[in-house]
Amino acid sequence: MSDLSNKKPETGAFFQRDRAWHAPALTPGYKTSVLRSPQKALLSLDGTISEITGPVFGHSILGELDNDLIHNFAKPGESAIGERIIVHGRVLDERGKPVPGALLEFWQANAGGRYRHKKETYLAPLDPNFGGCGRTITDEDGGYRFRTIKPGPYPWPNGVNDWRPAHIHFSVFGHGFAQRLITQMYFEGDPMIWKCPIVTTIPDRRAIEHLIAPLDWANTIPMDARAYKFDIVLRGRRSTLFENRLEGN
Amino acid sequence: MVQDLGYLKESPSQTAGPYVHIGCTPNFAGITGVYEADLGAAMVNDKTLGERITIRGRVIDGAGTPLKDALVEIWQADAGGLYNSPSELRGAADPNFSGWGRCPTSADEGVFTFETVKPGRVPYKDGRRMAPHITFWIVARGINIGLHTRMYFADEPEANAEDPLLVRIEHRHRVATLVAPREGSIYTFDIHLQGEKETVFLDI
Repeated sequence: MSDLSNKKPETGAFFQRDRAWHAPALTPGYKTSVLRSPQKALLSLDGTISEITGPVFGHSILGELDNDLIHNFAKPGESAIGERIIVHGRVLDERGKPVPGALLEFWQANAGGRYRHKKETYLAPLDPNFGGCGRTITDEDGGYRFRTIKPGPYPWPNGVNDWRPAHIHFSVFGHGFAQRLITQMYFEGDPMIWKCPIVTTIPDRRAIEHLIAPLDWANTIPMDARAYKFDIVLRGRRSTLFENRLEGN
Repeated sequence: MVQDLGYLKESPSQTAGPYVHIGCTPNFAGITGVYEADLGAAMVNDKTLGERITIRGRVIDGAGTPLKDALVEIWQADAGGLYNSPSELRGAADPNFSGWGRCPTSADEGVFTFETVKPGRVPYKDGRRMAPHITFWIVARGINIGLHTRMYFADEPEANAEDPLLVRIEHRHRVATLVAPREGSIYTFDIHLQGEKETVFLDI
């Protein structure tokens, strides 16, 4: 854990979360939610110091290949099989401010749609050179990038014939624990996005579109890898200027 | 027409899914050699100040079954009541205490375990002191957006009685869902997603 920069850290409480924008807890089309969704109203709490603060991670935790899923599990001289892509973007907050020092962790299936996990039963083969996890920390402008292969779609037991569209999972730490977020990135042009019972737990089509990364032709590396751009927005903070201050602050 | 506020919308949450461990605790998932250790596995070291405690619990679904694929994260103040965070402006927290822990529920019994220290009290916004507590965040397959809650300590009855959050709980029998009983140095905190014992979850 370390300080981010010379900028004074912000201590304002976070904007109220727009619960209607997110998926509700109970979404029967996604069957597992039925027994795992709280049924009582959430107790609302304007952020206290316990949620305004949060863990922040320094670049020292990162290994050289953490942001390269093509090579971070591969044998020396080998690489993962699949369509080579760069995923990049910025982490912003709801005010449009970049979030520097944000830890991003990502995980995904291999090019055939198979996860390296003991509970995974899909018949597609494992790639001996692909682990499926990576991480990075945003720079001063909130920017990040990593290299991977495009994951394949895969079937899953929900309905008789449900498939997940190709996607990459993201776990994001901002500067306060109230910003903690896990989400998924989808790929522009995939017709399976709109058939997926997990995607469509999100009620608003515009919200779903926030999770679809466009092909970024300008940043494609010729003869090597195509680029997709995926911006992530975390909750914004209020200014503390006119708020009551605690003694000692 | 008026000016545009220009705010962005938060990225919508999606479930962590059944394979969250690949990304967040790959060594636990059997993917070794990528990261040296799983992040958040250790919160304390030999020099950490404060009373050592263990927190153990389960995340239980509406059928009474513990989740074996959940990921639990905690965030807390150090023994002196300071957070190890750049946004903590009241003083410097114990450098030997991270304040943040992450633990998957076990594949056999669905149990999470944290070795940590008992946190000190921290102030509420109006200057009242909150009772010692630990912030919990739970994600899993079937949970569309991470669940926030808090654990309080059963051996702090006086502090709990004046805690600004606990006093706001309208249905008083539900306060107990946030208070972990103690046995020796072990606190047990079972989190119920549904049913009569449903834990009080927070919109923070």
